[in-house]
Amino acid sequence: MIAALFFYLFASVAIASAVMVISSRNPVHSVLFLILCFFNAAGLFILLGAEFLAMILVVVYVGAVAVLFLFVVMMLDVDFVELRQGMLNYLPFGGTIGLIVLLELALVLTSWAIAPESITNAASPSTSGVSNTEALGQILYTKYVYYFQAAGLVLLVAMIGAIVLTLRHKQGVKRQDVSTQVARNPATAIEIRKVEPGQGV
Amino acid sequence: MTIGLSHYLTVAAILFTIGIFGIFLNRKNVIVIMMSIELMLLAVNINLVAFSAALHDLVGQVFALLILTVAAGEAAIGLAILVTYFRNRGSIAVEDINLMKG
Repeated sequence: MIAALFFYLFASVAIASAVMVISSRNPVHSVLFLILCFFNAAGLFILLGAEFLAMILVVVYVGAVAVLFLFVVMMLDVDFVELRQGMLNYLPFGGTIGLIVLLELALVLTSWAIAPESITNAASPSTSGVSNTEALGQILYTKYVYYFQAAGLVLLVAMIGAIVLTLRHKQGVKRQDVSTQVARNPATAIEIRKVEPGQGV
Repeated sequence: MTIGLSHYLTVAAILFTIGIFGIFLNRKNVIVIMMSIELMLLAVNINLVAFSAALHDLVGQVFALLILTVAAGEAAIGLAILVTYFRNRGSIAVEDINLMKG
């Protein structure tokens, strides 16, 4: 009973905040509602017994992606009011497509059944007695280690790509150049002058 | 009143539809379009985790983890492209993005 109550709470807040994400006037509010939506999705994950994913969702999305969005929204000096103009023109078209997709999903949702043998054929059946995190760790680093490595590779490429895209070398800024520093010798670095007493250089 | 698989699937379907709707509604604003994509990926994640819980199979959660990774990478790259584009053109309106005449 209490689980059902929490399900409806999390689900309704998640959907309401998702609606606010796409309809709020200020993109900063959009990002904040996105954070709320992800928090509630994490609550749904906890109800499903996937605590590890719930925590990862909070850490990755609220901690990284949402902050990234906030940074970009606040960094770019964009007139967001101008960007919103003509939004109502797209409302009928977008509404039609959204309705069609929802209808199709509802049709799929109401007319399927789990094959009985698929329950017994689970690739990695969840073991009872260990926590969700432990069970995930036991298969993630053994059976699915290549997927795990591929995920790491994806993150590496994303990191390098983001750095390459946004890094720029400003002209006229003094930078340390190690090779020229090392290549200096006394002949090029020191100039010896004979200074007469009582006179300047 | 028990909460079953179909309840979670319904929530995910609604979230996915909101994501699609958001892309059409905010045709001019790239940032909100990217947030809509994040919403759709979240809906997919909810589906995977719901099936994983219903079938007592942990593979769904492993896949959800991979989708999370891809979503984080996608957000980072997309926002980096956005920042670079804004530096070059001074605007992020979608209809101005026509340098490659695509």
